[in-house]
Amino acid sequence: MQLRTALASFAVTVATTGVAHAVEYTRLVTDKSALAFTYKQMNAPMEGNFKRFKGQIAFDPAQPAKGSASFDIEVASIDVGSPDGNGEVGGKQWFNAAAHPSARFVSSSIKPLGNNRFEVAGKLTIKGKTQDVSTPVTYRADGANGVFEGAFAIKRNDFAIGEGPWVDTSIVANEVQIKFRLIAAPK
Amino acid sequence: MASSYLSPPGSPYSRTAVSLHWLVGLGLIGTFALGFYMTGMPFSPAKLQYFSWHKWAGVTLWLLIVARLSWRLAKGAPEAPAGMPGWQRAASEWTHRLLYLLMLTIPVSGWLMSSAKGVPTIYFGLLPLPDLLARDQELGNNLASLHLALNYGMAGLVVLHVAAALKHHFVDRDEVLARMLPFLKRA
Repeated sequence: MQLRTALASFAVTVATTGVAHAVEYTRLVTDKSALAFTYKQMNAPMEGNFKRFKGQIAFDPAQPAKGSASFDIEVASIDVGSPDGNGEVGGKQWFNAAAHPSARFVSSSIKPLGNNRFEVAGKLTIKGKTQDVSTPVTYRADGANGVFEGAFAIKRNDFAIGEGPWVDTSIVANEVQIKFRLIAAPK
Repeated sequence: MASSYLSPPGSPYSRTAVSLHWLVGLGLIGTFALGFYMTGMPFSPAKLQYFSWHKWAGVTLWLLIVARLSWRLAKGAPEAPAGMPGWQRAASEWTHRLLYLLMLTIPVSGWLMSSAKGVPTIYFGLLPLPDLLARDQELGNNLASLHLALNYGMAGLVVLHVAAALKHHFVDRDEVLARMLPFLKRA
């Protein structure tokens, strides 16, 4: 009887520590993740997204500060919300996709804010221009996977997205809200 | 009958009816011309601006047309000149009915097209109109064809309307055109 209790408690201990150890997310599930953005055109809210991106993640919710993440976004996979815009947005005045095919984010620090919320800071490079950005991220477990969601704002003129007549922000606003929902799996 | 100032002799059209007629008529021609001009423009901030102006003009015209139709239904319209053949009365009646129908449906078709294409209509950049359709590019293209076809139909009827008015004035030498254009009144 005593042996069975001991075995049972040992099994529980293994199981719980085993689970705790397993929760290090290392693989971005790209086909379930979404990278979207909103902006205003003549004050009308427009929605767009990037269809193709990849990333490297190493994140253990128990040790968030040790985590890291980087993403490469294929700028030609952009959908800006209008066919007219999609025909133009890869061009030189916008993303210049031929010269700068991908945008990149590399995290530099992850700060826990409590309640499964984190502040992720890093460097965002678009069109060859790098800016420091930071974003709040919420985390929750969904089965074996982790779901990371957040939003932050950038100014498109900081990255020369929209040159020439498009620098004027009265038609297409300078501020762009980036929204992401990233699904990461343990190895 | 009202005073001659409000309603010239021989013309039961009120000043309100005459003003609304010309306001809507000039507005339709301007908005129609802007629509053709802007769709042929290369992608530019000005193009996006003209699209918004065109939408605002369409919403304004729709409101004016509702006001006009309400006024006409409440106050009635003058009789056709005595001696006008029956087929001409019927043609006039149905041309006007169709014109009102098109003037009411064309702005709505534009609004639905805009929603389907993913660009919400924000009246004067301030008042968002609800998006009655979800974003659907193919539906958007079909609605664009419908918007164009309805406009061609209206343009044909406007040509007929103007030709008939000129025929009344110069061939029949009656008061039909002068009722809507009081300075043409014959002594």
